[in-house]
Amino acid sequence: MTGPGKPAVLRFENVSVSFDGVPALMDLSFEALESESRVLLGAAGSGKTVVLKTAMGLVRPDTGRVFVFGKDLTTLKERELFEVRSRIGMLFQESALFDSLTIEENVAYPLLNQKSIRFPKQQVHRKVEEALDFVELGGTLEKFPSELSGGMRRRAAIARAVVTDPPLLLYDSPTAGLDPITAHTIIALIVKERDLNKTTTLVVTHRYQDGNLIANFRYNSKLGALEPARNGDRREARTTFMVLREGRLVFEGDQNRLEGSPDPYVRKFVKQREE
Amino acid sequence: MQDFFLLLGRAVRNIFRTPHYNDDIALQMDYIGVGSLPIVIMTGFFSGAVMALQMSRALAQYGQTSKTPLVVAIALVREFGPDLTALMVAGRNASGIASELGSMKVTEQIDAMRALGTDPIQKLVTPRLIATGAMLPVLTIIADFVGIFAGWVICYVFLNMDSRQYWETAWRALEWNDLAQGLIKPFLFAVIISMIGCFFGLRTEGGTQGVGRATTQAMVVASVLIFVVTYFVAQLFVWMTSGEVQF
Repeated sequence: MTGPGKPAVLRFENVSVSFDGVPALMDLSFEALESESRVLLGAAGSGKTVVLKTAMGLVRPDTGRVFVFGKDLTTLKERELFEVRSRIGMLFQESALFDSLTIEENVAYPLLNQKSIRFPKQQVHRKVEEALDFVELGGTLEKFPSELSGGMRRRAAIARAVVTDPPLLLYDSPTAGLDPITAHTIIALIVKERDLNKTTTLVVTHRYQDGNLIANFRYNSKLGALEPARNGDRREARTTFMVLREGRLVFEGDQNRLEGSPDPYVRKFVKQREE
Repeated sequence: MQDFFLLLGRAVRNIFRTPHYNDDIALQMDYIGVGSLPIVIMTGFFSGAVMALQMSRALAQYGQTSKTPLVVAIALVREFGPDLTALMVAGRNASGIASELGSMKVTEQIDAMRALGTDPIQKLVTPRLIATGAMLPVLTIIADFVGIFAGWVICYVFLNMDSRQYWETAWRALEWNDLAQGLIKPFLFAVIISMIGCFFGLRTEGGTQGVGRATTQAMVVASVLIFVVTYFVAQLFVWMTSGEVQF
């Protein structure tokens, strides 16, 4: 289990969000500790993406408070949020690569535009190449997003999210719309990033298989592939599952508790593994 | 309405704040200015030619055909040059801006921009405001000149008017307040075109259908506002020159 002394990297306190009077999140509270993985399950429209956007400061809660690295996002102005955001990497649902920029320019974007990072310009190209090699897209520097497949775009977006080595990573439906092989590749990259850099990871998905891989596999750098984590191997990197239903957190706990949950809504997600 | 003025205020404030995206301003000036040149020249030429033809017919009834350059010059510089240019640029650019920003909005590129340390208003809105503000007056001057030139073609070819007489009459017809009216309006129209395009683009929702809706709304609202502002500016100048408000 996670050590009791670890600080909370991300904390939601009674957060409620609504859009035009329609509630999207209701009284949501949880915290993600340093190097912890959290898997957020839920049906479409349950508020999963809103959780990530609120954690990033892109959406302001109506009530409640959001702490990231100890800073209360609800009290910060947009420009003050940039410093906090520079320590968070986010993969958007549709990748959100800038379609007028090449892949190299896309991945270099956070290095060149986040003031608090102050990355030396002459090293940007090398860093971008490293990030693209990490996601095995080394030969795509000059390509535009429209020239890549959906899976490749997702990997390029992961490269953009991790290029600044942020300690907190948010992934919004990283496998949505992908075939099983590509989806496995994407989750393997997420696990690789988590295990190599000890990042705190929050993954939104509606696929239980993704959560299962994240919770029970680790990256073997010698083999360059995922392998099952033996008992105790991931002692320092707990994986917690959360289930959202219509903006409310209806489950929070480890995989065993999730699989034993009697809640029919929660069981819908667990059953997917058996199919 | 309140959201629109908030966006406008932030866009104007960003003109004086760093960072300045000069490459984006240059790119937009090229797209809005150079890109709009062909349609502005065509519109200016044919509106000037039609005006010269119609006015010469009307004035011929009073034996005042020689006044055709005067009417063409005043009508073009005061009203038709700025208005038609603005309408053409609105049709091309307000809708273009709305669809570009709308597409970025629905594909989460605007959110990504914020997440990656960039203020979308600074990066997307302010450069478009500056570029339109710089290029629309230039396009208007070009349209005015091309329109007056087209009037000369009609007068010279069909009315056998002396070239020198045409240009002297046209030039002397123009007073300072005509030029002021013709050059103040493009700045107001530039604000309308760029900001309406950005406003509808940034509030796009509902996928590709939403982008289509935002594009249409931007063009329609910008075009209508151009006519509304035209009326109020004309009223203002009438009041300033005659000393009373006329309705």
